[in-house]
Amino acid sequence: MVGLEHYLTVAAALFVIGIFGLFLNRKNIIIILMSIEMILLSVNINLVAFSSFLGDLTGQIFTMLVLTVAAAEAAIGLAILVSFFRNRGTIDVEDVNVMKG
Amino acid sequence: MTVADYAFYLFAIVMLVAGVFTVVSRNPVHSVLWLIVTFLTASGLFVLLGAEFVAMLLVIVYVGAVMVLFLFVVMMLDVDFAELKAGMAKYLPFALLIGVVLLLQMGFAFGDWHSAEGAEALRRSVTPDATEVHNTAALGQLMYDDYLMLFQLAGLILLVAMIGAIVLTLRHRSDVKRQNVLKQMYRKPEESFEMKDVKPGQGL
Repeated sequence: MVGLEHYLTVAAALFVIGIFGLFLNRKNIIIILMSIEMILLSVNINLVAFSSFLGDLTGQIFTMLVLTVAAAEAAIGLAILVSFFRNRGTIDVEDVNVMKG
Repeated sequence: MTVADYAFYLFAIVMLVAGVFTVVSRNPVHSVLWLIVTFLTASGLFVLLGAEFVAMLLVIVYVGAVMVLFLFVVMMLDVDFAELKAGMAKYLPFALLIGVVLLLQMGFAFGDWHSAEGAEALRRSVTPDATEVHNTAALGQLMYDDYLMLFQLAGLILLVAMIGAIVLTLRHRSDVKRQNVLKQMYRKPEESFEMKDVKPGQGL
């Protein structure tokens, strides 16, 4: 019988894969954004799993809000990426030092 | 094992494999396609959990909108991805180390956890019986009654993101002719054409 632990294990594994992707693709910001989407998806799986097994719908409401913020973040991130690429001709984030920060 | 259990294992394994391929694949277009597989299987898991509305939302919003946006950007930008991939072997040991450490830390918490005594009583909005009110209706009642403010704020966030994305990417190119409405409106007949009195038989 598949229980809460199974879903939590899958979500944890997906979270770790997302973190792994962040460190593996340090230069390619598109893959970094996709890894962040994957991390947020694992959080959503956790929320929905707890919501389902506890019988509390609030978790699914939170999932929808996380989804909204993730979509907004992806849109803004890609817009910044496009304007950065127009100015610099590359998307290598390791030499993003325009602001000398 | 029931059919639902088999479906869970199928979805879980496909999701994790697709997740790994998303981060390691050489071509970013393939990465986006693998991420689409990840989201589709995750929505399958949500259906198994009884959260049909969130599952369909994932398919429509993520696969239908966000991933297509990613695909557009990946295909539109003329980036040398081979150069970006060059450092991958260098980062691999460090990334593996971080991954293993994180997995171990989660594993420690995993063996020893239990629900609190009063967890059932502390539920804020108990799921109604699925045979009476289905998932979408229950979520709608909850969202429009108890979480109306959060719902409105989420819409505001989307509006700000939309305006921000447009402002960031809009540019006026000087080599493309554009319509200037005011110039059209203020045009006068005498600026636009002149009358010539053509003599018969002579022409201009």
